Amino acid sequence: MTVNQIVMECLQIALLIAVAPLFVGWVRMLKCWAQSRSTASLFQPYRDLLKLFSKDVILAENASWIFRFTPYLVFGTVILSGAVVPMLTTKLPLSPSADVIVLVGLFAIARFFTALAGMDIGTAFGGMGSSREMMVASLAEPAMLMAIFTVSLVNQSTSLSHIAEVMYSGHAVLKPSLAFAFIAFILITLAETGRIPVDNPSTHLELTMLHEAMILEYSGRHLALIEWAGMMKLFLFMALGSALFVPWGIARSDSLLMGLMAGVLLLLKVGASGVVLVLIETGLAKMRLFRLTEFLGSAFLMATLGMLSFFILE
Amino acid sequence: MDLQTAAQINSFLAAFVLLTAFGMLVQKRIYSLIHLFAWQGLLLSINTAIVGYVASKHHLYISSILTLSLKVFLLPYILHVLIVRLRIRREVETLVNIPMLMLIGLALVIFSYHLMAPVSELSKLITRSTLAVALATVMIGLLMMITRKHAVTQIIGFLAMENGLFFAATSATYGMPLVVELGVALDVLIAAFIFGIFFFHIHTTFDSLDVDQMARLKEGD
Repeated sequence: MTVNQIVMECLQIALLIAVAPLFVGWVRMLKCWAQSRSTASLFQPYRDLLKLFSKDVILAENASWIFRFTPYLVFGTVILSGAVVPMLTTKLPLSPSADVIVLVGLFAIARFFTALAGMDIGTAFGGMGSSREMMVASLAEPAMLMAIFTVSLVNQSTSLSHIAEVMYSGHAVLKPSLAFAFIAFILITLAETGRIPVDNPSTHLELTMLHEAMILEYSGRHLALIEWAGMMKLFLFMALGSALFVPWGIARSDSLLMGLMAGVLLLLKVGASGVVLVLIETGLAKMRLFRLTEFLGSAFLMATLGMLSFFILE
Repeated sequence: MDLQTAAQINSFLAAFVLLTAFGMLVQKRIYSLIHLFAWQGLLLSINTAIVGYVASKHHLYISSILTLSLKVFLLPYILHVLIVRLRIRREVETLVNIPMLMLIGLALVIFSYHLMAPVSELSKLITRSTLAVALATVMIGLLMMITRKHAVTQIIGFLAMENGLFFAATSATYGMPLVVELGVALDVLIAAFIFGIFFFHIHTTFDSLDVDQMARLKEGD
């Protein structure tokens, strides 16, 4: 482990923390353009976070330690996952410590505690949100793991850095299994980050909320941390998709210059993925909750077809 | 184009043929179903042309063009006209338990893979690996015929089965002799016409194309 590697690791985490709100601002801006509304500033998410941080926390009387602990835990797990996903370089010192399966586990921990916190206060909406979120999770997680297994089979490793390196060397480009896994990954990303066909991130109507219903009771810095973690999760999924399917540009050494170029390329890639996200969101309407089984079922189908076509066709 | 690339393109097309088969299995809207059928025909036609080029079997070009004109343009057009004439344009079929259908479809893919694995071992063609996909397409077409209630969608299932058989012939033996293929194409065309006539009769007799209605023997009870 060299000094450069540690610097890169820190840079990557800093990038994730700093740029995630900007990406959300970019997505909101694109969405406004697509719907011909006037846009807020690109930096509006930062201002929102700042405002929330300066406000007092209002806690319910019967809130337990779970409720107070959850925002920090969610924020922490997202940062930890951000340290594992190769964004700038594949030579991350923390990368060998966790593979993709652990990554899915980290997301699951965050979701588990958010669901607990949703039920902790004892309001009706919190419980409803938790049960909905867990329903979505129970359908999305198998599909996510299946898609990841397909990519791992093609690249013969579950380590993200190794997958990115093998994809980089170009042995695995034109493969139907990867195409299927990619489509499945897009569908799962929409579900996991709470975007439109599954959940509406900007809803204020309680009955349609999934994720928002769970965090309805949070305020002040707790809410800021959770919102920030949500933004980072969105950015992280884009970066994860880039590392798994289009890793071109990620540095394969620990040189800082290469890392810088990788950072610029990553921002371009993530920005472009934002355009795709907005196109999907504008083109589709939110689904009824009970149709989500079909949506996530088709994600599972895609991922499994990817795995089968690996065995049949390759 | 060398053999390796051709094999890769072939397997890619095979994957998408399978995808369209699944799409047809779970598609509720009749128009989208016809579009998917046309896409599947297009994929088959491209695949046949590529196999014909790589294996330098020139009669495959003819069957590719035949597939293109028949399955991409003519049959979807006939089905389209039928739907407009029978005024079932907006009909949405109720499908029970789509995730279950998908899982059964996946099971069929695994089954046909196991069935075809020893056969593919014997073959030395570059397209041998797509044999399992072809069989799976046939089976999914059959599953679609079983699960659908509407006569038109059952016919589309039947035509999808025929697509699968055609795909199997191309990948197993570089296509059937031209005479056979011409015969099959003509059969499919005639079948489409006959189905059309039957649809009209069913529609005038039962006021609906739902085949469940035919289970009743009595008139108007």
